[in-house]
This record gives sequence, C-alpha cells and structure tokens, in this order.
Amino acid sequence: MRVRKENLKEVYVWEIPVRIFHWLNALCIVVLISTGFMIADPLAIIDATEATHSFGFGYIRLIHFIAGFVFFVNLIFRLYWSFAGNRFAKWNNFVLLKKEQWQELFEVIKVDILMLKTKPVESIGHNAVAATTYFVLFLISGLQVITGFALYAKMSQAAFPQLFTWIIPLLGGEFIVRDIHHCITWVFILFMLVHVYLVLYHDYIERRGETSAMIGGWKFVKEDIVEQLELKDEEMEKQKRARRRREKRRKIWRP
Amino acid sequence: MGTKKKTVYDDCISKGVSRRDFLKFCTTMGALLGLEASGVAQVVKALEKKSRLPIIWLHLQECTCCSESFIRTSHPILADLIFDQISLDYTETLMAPAGFQAEKSMHDTMQQYKGEYILMIEGSIPLENEAYCCIGGRSAKQILEEAAEGAKAIVAWGNCASSGCVQAAYPNPTKATPVHRVIKGKTVMNVQGCPPIAEVMAGIIVHLLTFNRIPQLDRLGRPKVFYSRRVHDTCYRRANFDAGLFVESFDDENAKRGYCLYKMGCKGPSTYNACGIIKWNEGTSFPIQSGHPCIGCSEDGFWDRTPFYKRQATINAFGVEATADEIGLALGVATTGALAAHAVATNIRKRRLINNESSEEEGTDH
Repeated sequence: MRVRKENLKEVYVWEIPVRIFHWLNALCIVVLISTGFMIADPLAIIDATEATHSFGFGYIRLIHFIAGFVFFVNLIFRLYWSFAGNRFAKWNNFVLLKKEQWQELFEVIKVDILMLKTKPVESIGHNAVAATTYFVLFLISGLQVITGFALYAKMSQAAFPQLFTWIIPLLGGEFIVRDIHHCITWVFILFMLVHVYLVLYHDYIERRGETSAMIGGWKFVKEDIVEQLELKDEEMEKQKRARRRREKRRKIWRP
Repeated sequence: MGTKKKTVYDDCISKGVSRRDFLKFCTTMGALLGLEASGVAQVVKALEKKSRLPIIWLHLQECTCCSESFIRTSHPILADLIFDQISLDYTETLMAPAGFQAEKSMHDTMQQYKGEYILMIEGSIPLENEAYCCIGGRSAKQILEEAAEGAKAIVAWGNCASSGCVQAAYPNPTKATPVHRVIKGKTVMNVQGCPPIAEVMAGIIVHLLTFNRIPQLDRLGRPKVFYSRRVHDTCYRRANFDAGLFVESFDDENAKRGYCLYKMGCKGPSTYNACGIIKWNEGTSFPIQSGHPCIGCSEDGFWDRTPFYKRQATINAFGVEATADEIGLALGVATTGALAAHAVATNIRKRRLINNESSEEEGTDH
C-alpha cells in the first residue's frame, strides 16, 4: 500500500452560496448556449402543419430568455457575495492589486502553461491566473447580458430590459448588437473547454480535491501553507487590537 | 409676393379635386401618422389655412430612388402635393430651370424664406475628397452646409443621407458620410429605408405642415411614428417563426407554404420599419410577402451586414472572410488540440512532477 501526504489540513474554501452560484451559472451557460444556437440556426422541420397550434420555436426562445434572467440575477448575487463572502470569494481575489498576486500570476503561467517549472503553485482559493480569467469572464458576461437584454427589449413590455437599449444606438443598430451577442457565445464555449480541462489537470497533478471542492466546499491544503496564513491572520488581528487600544487611550486622554 | 399665399387646399380646389377627396386624403394621412380622429381636423385645418412649404431638396451622392419612391405615392393628391402644392423650389431632378437659373432659384429660396424653408437631402457627403461630388462647381459639403444654415428643419431621406448606404459600405472609398455627421448642432430627421416608403415620406411632410414641428424621433433619429416597430413584429409570417416553421431554401415546399424566411437571412428581427403595415406600391406587397427576406435597408450599415441570405455573423479578419461560427469552431478545435498536447506533455512529465512533490513532502527538496 502506497501512502503519502500525511500533513494535510482540510480548509473550507467554497461556501454554499459560491457553490450554488457556480452550478447555477454552469447550468445557465449550458442552457443559454444550446438554446442560443437553436435560435441562431433553428432545426429544419419539413411538415405541412399550420402555425396556429404550434409554439415550438417560441418555447425555445422562452427558455433562453428565462435562463438569461436567471443568469443575470445570479451574476448580481455573486457580485454581492464578493463583498459579503469569505476571503476566497472576496472581490480582491479577482482584481490583481497586490504585487504578490502579480508574482503568483507569472509563477502559475510558468508552471501550468509554459511548463518551465514543476513545483505547483498551491494557492488555497483561486490562483491568480484563474481569478483573472474569471474576472474577465465576469465582464464579458456583463456585455452578454447587456446585448442580450437590449435585443430582448423590443419583445417585452417590462421596464427592466429597456434599461439596456442604450447600447443599440451606441453600436449603430441591432445587427451589430446581435452579431456581438453571437460571437461572445463562442468565448463561453472556449472558456468552458479550458476551465474543465484545467480543473482536471490540477486534480491530476496536485491531488487536493480540486474537483470535489466545488461540490463539498473543502479542499486539502498542506499544513505549513495553512499555518502561514493563520500566522499572518493572527499578526493582522494583533495589529488591529493594538490600533484599537491606542485609539481608546487617545479618547481617554484627549476628550 | 402676392397679397395672399396660396394654401394647399386652394391649389387642390383649383385643380378640380373635390372637397370629399381632399378630406379623404387628410384622413389617410391622419391614420398613417397615428393621430386620433380629432387630429384629422388639425390636418384639414393646416392644409386649408397654411401656405405652402418652401422646400429645398438636395441630391448628393445617391441614386434618386428616394425621389422615385416619393413620386409613386399611392394617393393622387399626394403627387400633386409634392409637385404643385408643396413648392419644391430646388430639386435637380424635377425642377424646370437648369444651369445658372437653377442655382439662382436655390439662392432666392434660401434668402426669401430664410429660417422657414425645409431642407430635404437625398444622398451622402464624400469627405475623403470633397471633389467626388460637385454640383455647379461647389462640393456637396459646401452646398449642404450653406443650405442647412437657414433651414427650419432638416430631413435626411433614405439610407444614404441617414447612414451612408451602399457607397459607405466597406471600405467606403469616398468616405461617404451621412448628413447628421456633417451638420452639427441641428436635429436631422433620418427617414430611413432604401428607399423610404412613399407614404412615410408624405406622412413626414404632412406632419411638418400640420404641427409645425418635427415628429418624435428614436435614438437613431428616425421618426417614431413609422420606425418604432420591428418588421419582424409586424410581419404576417410571424406565427410561422414562433411555431418553428422555416423556409429552408427558396424552392422548397416550405417556401410555397409561406413559412418564415428567418433562415434565409431575413433581417426583419433587427430592422425597424413600417413595411409590414403600410407596405409598398399602394399597399400591394412588401419583400417578405413576395417571398424574399428583408435585407434591413432601414438600418445603419446594412450593406456590411452580409450575407443577405444567411443569418450569420461574418467577420472580415486577416483578409479571410469567415462566419463567426466557423471561426469559433476553428478556435474550439485549436483549443482542444492545445489542451490535448498539454495533457500529453503533463503525462510525460508526470513522474517527475509527482516525484518532485513527494520528495518535497519527505523534506529532501526543501
């Protein structure tokens, strides 16, 4: 029996809201892509029916529109959770503002893509490359939502989709808006390919429960990495406490 | 100037048009403009009381199909309205004078009716080299700018004047530019279409005459009365779209049954026009009714949104023309290939990678 990796800890990385967002988002994307292609190029039906009793294509579009709304609301929820969620879900994971994040970005590119190094970068949450990709995808999703609702606005009596119609004169008509909406679909397909592959790759190489983490939320992380983080947290906590104490003292002496 | 300017109604009566026909015309126009029953009275009053509208009608980079459409309006009074009652003080195609006299006529109108005349333009303006379109020794841009100066309202007829049409199609060699991009600070009505529907053009003129102001415009400058609905939503074949019944090729059984032309590249779903309601040639038909997909002629840049007979986004990159789906598929295959190569490389290195990791754990590598 071969056994290894004894000194691992389980860390709760993906909270339930993050996981629900992830799978709902995945479901929406799959539904939107498949119905989207059906709308772009409908199935050929050769039969002599009259249109009166059939609403087949209408239902496909209905599913697309409903999935679009769910996709949008889900995105907004994730935006909220990037402020309310735990440290791995926070917005500052996705926008690279710190120097270490950029270092990690290049490190991950060297290891995973260029294969110049063999030592994996073991981040607990998203690594810097993944996070940046998700941030870009989030922006692209936004563009897809805007173009989608702008195209939908004419078919709706509701006030909400009308909020997005400004994009049409901005781009110069609905043709181009539709074309952009169509092209972005392919970005999602390409993203999905790479995303699924990389999850499998990380699981294969690092064996830390990368795949199952999005189901159960827990990930295996080396003790020393967790301890380092905990130490850093303690340090921060201490500093905070010290600052508070100092402020209190100031209040007492100088009323 | 005479003591009393002749009104449209005066002209009609003197031409032998009965009051009944006159009222019928006013009602038709009221209906086209979407007015209430009481609004028709306003139209009648305006045509009875108001004097003729002085109009300068410029022809720049264009094919005159807007004029052709206009002179084929279904209502006889309308034709009279155009040629006689509305004073077309200057229009190259239809005016009697020629040469210096014509130019003089335009200048006379511009001076006599300064701030009163309506400027109507057919055609775009070349900016690459202004000499590409010259009339009477002056460039289109000069003529337009001069005429726009004292105009009460500016109407851009058709796709040329509204967004450049075919001469502005890629690569737009003359840099054909629509009127609203040349004239700044003045509202330009974009009466879109290639050409616009005759009744739409007449409706705009009657609106100007009756209400003395320009109709409500959409965000692309098109009058909302006629351009607020998609061809798709007013199409009589729409039920087939919702049912998923489509024409697959122009000669198939489905085409005969009159199914939806969506898969034949119909641009109805992204085109705003009144074709489905007013139709063409005295309400006889419109492209979709005669089995041809809409090519979206009332939209900006419709010549570049090709192919006309396929619903595909074409991308013209690196000198190769391909549809978005072809490019997407190629990228998808390339990505899959790259991932497969990566997977193979990973496996070749796996032993080293794993050894590396386990040795790390044993503490030899640290």
